[in-house]
Amino acid sequence: MAEYNPFSLIGKTILVTGASSGIGRGIAVACSKMGAQVIVTGRNDKRLEETLMMMAIGEHNKVVCDLTTDDEVTTMVKKLPLLDGVVHCAGASQRIPCKLLKKDDVDSLMRVNFSAPVILQSELMRQKKIRKDGSVVFIASAAADMPSVSNAVYSASKGALISYAKCLALEVASRKVRVNCISPAMVKTDMILRDGIDELKLEEDEAKYPLKRYGTPQDIANLAIYMLSDASSWMTGNNVHITGGVS
Amino acid sequence: MEFNDFIKAFAELFDDTDASEIKAETVFHELDEWSSLIGMSVIAFVRTQFGKAITGKEIRECNTVKDLYETIVAK
Repeated sequence: MAEYNPFSLIGKTILVTGASSGIGRGIAVACSKMGAQVIVTGRNDKRLEETLMMMAIGEHNKVVCDLTTDDEVTTMVKKLPLLDGVVHCAGASQRIPCKLLKKDDVDSLMRVNFSAPVILQSELMRQKKIRKDGSVVFIASAAADMPSVSNAVYSASKGALISYAKCLALEVASRKVRVNCISPAMVKTDMILRDGIDELKLEEDEAKYPLKRYGTPQDIANLAIYMLSDASSWMTGNNVHITGGVS
Repeated sequence: MEFNDFIKAFAELFDDTDASEIKAETVFHELDEWSSLIGMSVIAFVRTQFGKAITGKEIRECNTVKDLYETIVAK
């Protein structure tokens, strides 16, 4: 009997942004292990190279690109082959209480977490790089509807991304391209340790999760694999929470 | 914008229709891929490239690509 695997990514070409670390790296590596040809992008050449070294054997590529720079995005997209999947993973965090927020704080985070994926997606569509039946995945965040102090702009940026993705899903449905979001709760990456968060506080928080741990990039990658594979071909415009039970 | 440039840009609004299928006399409403979304794209395109406003009704009243261009230019 032939092996039954609806989650296979064999024969698919997938672009992963933010693949130089954290969840993006985890997704890129996992996709390669599922048989995809993966193109990784990020700002740091050395760390992208490290991601490539972790991947299963295959014809994978890296493209160094700052997604907040329009010209770089246009140039990068020109170099890309036709894609079966895109994972918009590049993002940043910021913890500033609302009272202290300045315009630059808002603009810089919205640029990375919202404008950059939106503009990349536009460019991919204008240059007709996404195949029919393709799958687009946005890494949003459970923070979009789980408020926490000093996380307002981060939460808002991810909420904006989810709303955008739901509209995009309608616009590309005629080509059977699917668009879904993944909203993880806390995932252990370098990102959550930035901005002076106390590690002890994180441990206390982690203990409150029903499954008694934060997520790992692999946990998120497994959901991304499902969304990129033909197993999810009736799923679009959805935002899936993956939270270790916390709500 | 000259007609030749317009027709190229108009063809770019389609994903699966080959540019060779879109000529001056093409009745664009009859193209398989024509949809309300492409109609919206035309409205946005006219706004950004011509600095003019065209309505869905005006687009519907045009038959060919040439009609559409002339309607826009006459505005």
